[in-house]
Amino acid sequence: MTKITYIDASGRSRTAEAQVGSTVMETALRNSIPGIEAECGGACACATCHVYVADEWTEKVGKPSQMEEDMLDFAFEVRPNSRLSCQIKVTEAIDGLVVTTPGKQG
Amino acid sequence: MTEAVSTDVAIVGAGPIGLFSVFELGLLDMKCHLIDILPKAGGQCAELYPEKPIYDIPGFPIIGGQELVDSLMKQIHPFKPEFHLGEMVDRVEVLGTAERPLFRIGTDADTVIEAKSLFVAAGGGSFQPKKPPLAGLEAYENKSVFYSVRKMEHFRGRRVVVVGGGDSALDWVLNLHPVAKRVALIHRRDAFRAAPHSVNAMRALVAEGKMDFVLGQVTALKGENGQLSALTVRKESGEVYDHGCDDMLPFFGLTMKLGPIADWGLNLHENLIATDTEKFETSVPGIFAVGDINTYPGKLKLILCGFHEAALAAQRAHRYVYPDKKLVFQYTTSSTSLQRKLGVS
Repeated sequence: MTKITYIDASGRSRTAEAQVGSTVMETALRNSIPGIEAECGGACACATCHVYVADEWTEKVGKPSQMEEDMLDFAFEVRPNSRLSCQIKVTEAIDGLVVTTPGKQG
Repeated sequence: MTEAVSTDVAIVGAGPIGLFSVFELGLLDMKCHLIDILPKAGGQCAELYPEKPIYDIPGFPIIGGQELVDSLMKQIHPFKPEFHLGEMVDRVEVLGTAERPLFRIGTDADTVIEAKSLFVAAGGGSFQPKKPPLAGLEAYENKSVFYSVRKMEHFRGRRVVVVGGGDSALDWVLNLHPVAKRVALIHRRDAFRAAPHSVNAMRALVAEGKMDFVLGQVTALKGENGQLSALTVRKESGEVYDHGCDDMLPFFGLTMKLGPIADWGLNLHENLIATDTEKFETSVPGIFAVGDINTYPGKLKLILCGFHEAALAAQRAHRYVYPDKKLVFQYTTSSTSLQRKLGVS
């Protein structure tokens, strides 16, 4: 099992067990973690699952694809460590990942 | 007051389930009017993922979002539904009785429809512009901050800032440039998901010094009494400055909000409309909720489930529309009367 920690805009931290092969967005929804809306259901079509990847994880998680970068234009307060969590696949390599959710998704 | 249009069933939402409701209702001789806030039919399929393949529509191993919408439009064509697009239903009055309900439905464009039954097929709610999380934004809305352009003349001689990097942002930069005193585009990166010719036209105007492009993000609003005077902008370089402006047009795409549906007196459960599973009727007799907007034990937000719900709801709606007629269940494969309605017999 891979563990993912979500920190909300107020600083509250929640850790969930993620299934390898699912996504960081799906794991949040399955565990009722607030701060991720995922209106489009994971199609990389809405930018409401925006997260900030903790600095020490950005390299391992990688950069957004071109399509994801385009979608990030519809997110707010985009930073260099911004990702759409529906596009981050859960692998054993990201066990312990920490992401922060923004104050507002949509 | 606008004169009301009379119909059998009014359908709120022209997504796949609203469209298929027309089919199921049409087979049972009920005429429909559909209302949707988007300027086109298709709902999320057409707006969010027109190009994306769907793999779980029965009988279609793969079908694109727009392709599904086009097929549904073809399928319901024989029933001649009437569309009211680009309008939001903002009020529903319940007239009549529980046995013989009558609803008066009004939109923000002053369309008034009277129907014997109402289908709410509103999916995730109405698509509304995403609002940037800037303190005090509401005070400026429709005075100095606009999410769409209704009247170009408003912007004549004003300093306009467009925020975003999509087609809407680029189109309005180009359209407003000849009208406004000065136009600026603020976007977080030097790349755009817009038609290349628009991007080139924008870059040419910047090169000629006729408009400004700022690489950065808006972090605060300045002004008073609903009138902007400047935007605080954090440039990509980290520099923060005030960009003088009279109007801001943010284009961050659309989001889904339940909107006025919350005020229609229906039993809601976490922003979804509670229904039974026999006829998908809400707490108000004659109002049905089908597709993603409804909830019941075991609910799955799948297009195919919405189709099923529409078929069952239509059977019950028949009782309200034709209280004195007996409904005989028929198959499209064998019933000549159904085939006549479909124009294939």
